[in-house]
Amino acid sequence: MTRIATCFAQAAGRKLLVPYITAGDPDLDTTLALMHTLVRAGADVIELGVPFSDPMADGPVIQAACERALKHRVTLTQVIDTVKRFRESNQDTAIVLMGYLNPVERLGYARFATLAREAGVDGVLTVDMPPEEAADLVDELRKNDLDSIFLLSPTTPDARLKQVCELATGYIYYVSLKGVTGAANLDTAEVAGKVTHIQSFTDIPVAVGFGIRDARSAAAISQTADAVIVGSALVALIGEHAGNPETMHSTLHDLVNGMRLAMDRSAGAAA
Amino acid sequence: MNTETQPFQGSLTDNSPDRKGHFGIYGGSFIAETLMDPVSELQEAYERYRLDNEFIAEFEWELKNFVGRPNPLYHARRWSQELGGAQIWLKREDLNHTGAHKINNTVGQALLARRMGKKRIIAETGAGQHGVATATVCARWGMECIVYMGEEDIVRQAPNVFRMKLLGATVVPVTSGSRTLKDALNEAMRDWVGNVDDTFYIIGTAAGPHPYPTMVRDFNSVIGKEIREQSIEHTGRLPDAIIACVGGGSNAIGAFHPFLDDREVSLIGVEAGGDGLETGRHAAPLSTGKPGVLHGNRTYLMEDDAGQIIETHSVSAGLDYPGVGPEHAWLKDIGRVQYVAVTDREALDATHKCCRIEGIIPALESAHALAHAVKIAPALSKDKNIVVNLSGRGDKDINTLADIEGITL
Repeated sequence: MTRIATCFAQAAGRKLLVPYITAGDPDLDTTLALMHTLVRAGADVIELGVPFSDPMADGPVIQAACERALKHRVTLTQVIDTVKRFRESNQDTAIVLMGYLNPVERLGYARFATLAREAGVDGVLTVDMPPEEAADLVDELRKNDLDSIFLLSPTTPDARLKQVCELATGYIYYVSLKGVTGAANLDTAEVAGKVTHIQSFTDIPVAVGFGIRDARSAAAISQTADAVIVGSALVALIGEHAGNPETMHSTLHDLVNGMRLAMDRSAGAAA
Repeated sequence: MNTETQPFQGSLTDNSPDRKGHFGIYGGSFIAETLMDPVSELQEAYERYRLDNEFIAEFEWELKNFVGRPNPLYHARRWSQELGGAQIWLKREDLNHTGAHKINNTVGQALLARRMGKKRIIAETGAGQHGVATATVCARWGMECIVYMGEEDIVRQAPNVFRMKLLGATVVPVTSGSRTLKDALNEAMRDWVGNVDDTFYIIGTAAGPHPYPTMVRDFNSVIGKEIREQSIEHTGRLPDAIIACVGGGSNAIGAFHPFLDDREVSLIGVEAGGDGLETGRHAAPLSTGKPGVLHGNRTYLMEDDAGQIIETHSVSAGLDYPGVGPEHAWLKDIGRVQYVAVTDREALDATHKCCRIEGIIPALESAHALAHAVKIAPALSKDKNIVVNLSGRGDKDINTLADIEGITL
């Protein structure tokens, strides 16, 4: 069983919390320390963003984080190396690399997959690579026991939804709204209906992201979703407190932990 | 991924691209999931209307009556004589309404948007020519128009910004990344993701996810079709060579495509060599780049060792782009089209020559193609005919030209 599958299996009704941060923002040592803070605050899986010069699916917050990271030329191999350092003291929290295809193309699919597995990465999500173009990379990821995570969106028709579910492993990432990361127009009732619909097609856990920014929206989404992903709200805090590491860690911890507690309370109330 | 040059047998126009938009290993649809549905809706609409007689008739009517086609294939006699070799012919896309080839494509896509019931049009622009051509067709058909333009380019191309506003478009400054064309494209994609229900994205070059490279090529193929007819009319045969500048490559693919299977016609694409290929300050991905994935397609890119897209440089804003249309990438690999680069300096020299010898102010983009013709014509015999696609007029560049000479207008 992969580490992601284990995380879901051991959850026993508790919903998973999946924070996203951009690697190298403001630098890789801080990223490593923040990963441990996220775990203490209640993270089950961490999505580690690989910075890219042209993040077409991201809103202004994550674009700015990419620019901060790329100012000192953070590379994909350095991000993978950061995961290796994280694994020196953590064997339980699953790590998913999330980013765009070109840095992976440049490194080469086979080399990327091997390095990622050796470092202790568990899954890969490439935003601009739909399943139709993904066969070669998915092959390499499978050979290395890495999960291939794919997106579904409010615009995905059922026929495609089925195909995506057949190819995806680990979890399905449901994009909760039509828009870029960090957009503001989240409709939790509509999302709940969609998540239930997706779950009727597959046994793979469904995680929901885009537009979740606080304990309340996290708890609401966790009523139906198997996991809740939060990104831009955290990345905004990192940007805001870049000059003050102590505040950065404490505000990040408090936001994530607040979500964790609200989700657990909401699960308790539902039970 | 195998990128070795493979000699290509048979027709280069049948089954290219394949059903999913691949030209060899290039092209495809590399986009976020939310855009997959609107892109496939567009694929279906384009598949249907490209063969629809009524659509084709309306497109041709607009090209004739609104754009002003056909434009001439003009024999540059004086310049040919001065060079002392091959005859140079200029395909006068600069005489189109709005002053460049860009209008061929925006008319086509606007007609498609109307048939798809989309009322809100978005576009990206670098130098502003595609933005103006899009604003023009939106005014023509009463559609809302939003143009994304890098903050840097807005400063450099103020007259075109004002033209777009006169035509009723909203110009949105893009402040992310390098604040130029590639970032404007990113921002337009982001807009589209957030407004998929009512919005049609008119991409300005032969790049982007399938079907854009094919669709933009087809709408611009009128250039090559006219060159074929006019060349036979004037000289009794096909030209010996066709030269066109390549940024994203829409004017070039439009000029080349009707000749791909005529192997006796040399096809030459000219990239922006900037300060010189050896300096790294240029915009010539086909000459020096590697295959990668950006803006929805696999193609040659200007990137660093880590796969980050790097900033490009060219005196011509319309060629200042780190990628290139995927069909060009394929045509390079199979050897059907030769791709070369000329420097800013060479393009500027050709601009002045064209002004003084032929009485035509060419766009700096088109001047790259002229500069290459100047290089090769003298060595060819006088009975050879070279067609240069004069893709646009240079009025938009007068501030740039004056700046270079230290003149304030």
